[in-house]
Amino acid sequence: MAAVSGLVRRPLREVTVRDAINQGMDEELERDEKVFLLGEEVAQYDGAYKVSRGLWKKYGDKRIIDTPISEMGFAGIAVGAAMAGLRPICEFMTFNFSMQAIDQVINSAAKTYYMSGGLQPVPIVFRGPNGASAGVAAQHSQCFAAWYGHCPGLKVVSPWNSEDAKGLIKSAIRDNNPVVVLENELMYGVPFEFPPEAQSKDFLIPIGKAKIERQGKKTKIYRHPSILVKFNLEVTVINMRTIRPMDMETIEASVMKTNHLVTVEGGWPQFGVGAEICARIMEGISKKLVLEYSQAIVNIMYLNTYRIKRLKARSGQTTSTLNLSCVQFPGCSCCSCHWC
Amino acid sequence: MDSLRPLARAGHPLDAVLVDPRPGAAHDVITTLSRRGATEAWRLLGHLKETWGHPRRASWAVRSRRCRHCLCFMRKMLAAVSRVLSGASQKPASRVLVASRNFANDATFEIKKCDLHRLEEGPPVTTVLTREDGLKYYRMMQTVRRMELKADQLYKQKIIRGFCHLCDGQEACCVGLEAGINPTDHLITAYRAHGFTFTRGLSVREILAELTGRKGGCAKGKGGSMHMYAKNFYGGNGIVGAQVPLGAGIALACKYNGKDEVCLTLYGDGAANQGQIFEAYNMAALWKLPCIFICENNRYGMGTSVERAAASTDYYKRGDFIPGLRVDGMDILCVREATRFAAAYCRSGKGPILMELQTYRYHGHSMSDPGVSYRTREEIQEVRSKSDPIMLLKDRMVNSNLASVEELKEIDVEVRKEIEDAAQFATADPEPPLEELGYHIYSSDPPFEVRGANQWIKFKSVS
Repeated sequence: MAAVSGLVRRPLREVTVRDAINQGMDEELERDEKVFLLGEEVAQYDGAYKVSRGLWKKYGDKRIIDTPISEMGFAGIAVGAAMAGLRPICEFMTFNFSMQAIDQVINSAAKTYYMSGGLQPVPIVFRGPNGASAGVAAQHSQCFAAWYGHCPGLKVVSPWNSEDAKGLIKSAIRDNNPVVVLENELMYGVPFEFPPEAQSKDFLIPIGKAKIERQGKKTKIYRHPSILVKFNLEVTVINMRTIRPMDMETIEASVMKTNHLVTVEGGWPQFGVGAEICARIMEGISKKLVLEYSQAIVNIMYLNTYRIKRLKARSGQTTSTLNLSCVQFPGCSCCSCHWC
Repeated sequence: MDSLRPLARAGHPLDAVLVDPRPGAAHDVITTLSRRGATEAWRLLGHLKETWGHPRRASWAVRSRRCRHCLCFMRKMLAAVSRVLSGASQKPASRVLVASRNFANDATFEIKKCDLHRLEEGPPVTTVLTREDGLKYYRMMQTVRRMELKADQLYKQKIIRGFCHLCDGQEACCVGLEAGINPTDHLITAYRAHGFTFTRGLSVREILAELTGRKGGCAKGKGGSMHMYAKNFYGGNGIVGAQVPLGAGIALACKYNGKDEVCLTLYGDGAANQGQIFEAYNMAALWKLPCIFICENNRYGMGTSVERAAASTDYYKRGDFIPGLRVDGMDILCVREATRFAAAYCRSGKGPILMELQTYRYHGHSMSDPGVSYRTREEIQEVRSKSDPIMLLKDRMVNSNLASVEELKEIDVEVRKEIEDAAQFATADPEPPLEELGYHIYSSDPPFEVRGANQWIKFKSVS
């Protein structure tokens, strides 16, 4: 995040990811009467991670609803309300708890439009922190991108910075389909510059388009979900933004240029997002590329442990070979110094 | 009339009285219709047409001194006679029959008192049934019954595949519930949903075509038995118990929108043990949602009887802090009154209420279950002969002079025809085209491509 400190002198607003999500939800609650938020501790506690701070005071009990600890129950209630025409935002305190309610997300929300032959849309948003946090141990650190990204009928987005967070949450709320918004708890407190267009009440980021954060010549690093890893290499960094429907055009175009690919994710490698990207590259443009598979495509292992093992990369190394063994996933860009 | 006498066969146990309704005509015993005399009977019809022209009205009474089978045949014959005599008229034959009968407009019936939980008063123990309502309920129940039996037949012919859960025996539940609410109220149920799909407004054609998986089905053939949707009807849900929080959510929307609507959320005795139902009870009671939780207790959750599944089989008490009532689910009037009571309770803002409907299914759990390994045939027969909902309504109506047996028979005939036509359509309609396999994945989105079984197969997806 050295990039951010360099920008402090510019007259752009700095907004944390938390505040960006808050802003996005506030604007949508104001815009449409049918939008409401429900989840554990979202009202009087101001949100377990303070993401919904101030919303209950502004909108009251009708629109910001504290639920008991009943994920399956309240997720089902949210889906039912969406079927009946409202536009709920269902917050899971972390996505680990969404496993309790995953039947409602997949079988009741994602599949219904298809099974009804187009009669019954389900305009719902499931949001909450996903993946790694600091020292919360295995049961609270799972990344669900691959699990939800597997299902047709669902849209899955994963914002990184404040701009992503605000634009994607607004697009998700306005979308008539079930959208899973995978945020990251470690990113909530990180401030980012907020470009002027992001300050508009109609600022939307289209679901299904990736963003090239940085152009480079050599190795490309493919980023998901909320980790921006800084390498002393000339890399093209692609911020996926949307896991499903995946933007393969952007990825393919970049891989055609660089011939190298690294995928980075917070989930386990087997059957993961990176595995899917690799499979699609193989099926798609692989014949047109010269790819050194064994060296260039690396899935970084994810360890659920609170013991930090740091690997200092050898200084001055600008090779495309990455030797990575045990790596703690910080998830937060301020810890990316571990890498360099 | 003397010219017709030679046609009469003396000494046969069956006879029919054909009455000439023209003013001034004298009643006369016309002839004897019998199985052996069928040819003669048709000749008689020819005679009658000539003699009477095409009378628009006729009526008769049947007396049998011998056997039931002949009586049945006789009734079919008489129905045929009636159709001929009523000429090319479009009017239903029942009008033909009732011309000279006077029926009561309504009648009051006593219904079974409901067991109550946390309620001071329950639904009334008497109710008034009008002739019009009675005929409507009879027709609807008979339609559901025939539709389910037709589905059974089509399944055995392998025209319907996959899941098929039939609700014959439980007609009083779906028709009675519908009678107690408004079309603007909402209903959600589990997979035994064909009856509710019909009472909520879809036609038999659309339902049967959906069962056979054709594009004329209500979900274009993509949902099947368990996923039929209509206005204010949210299916048809395959996951046992998942529909209960959904129903509480629909009730939340009703309360949120401020309209005076309620949501009927149904589940079975097997589903009643699901944890998410208790989560839904808690939130519905906490937020006073206008949700009527209805347990359709047909005594068996698949093959497990209620005694083997539940520590407490008083399903109407399982809501604990939610008031409940236990209703005789084989009596349509009882169901109707209880529903009216429950809907009024919810609409007054007191919060949710629970109803247990004690009912029975004649078929097994689904078409792949013969239904006799966990219960006895005698039990099924006993319920069929003593508590059949259609029989109960019919007896009540006939005994109180709200309708005649013949009239109800006519309704049966019409219903049969309607079901036949629907089955024809459902069998003949084409399946949805393969190009549409990828349709309806997302709502309100521009078209996109979906990967098929391998990377070279692509389907277009349109919202």
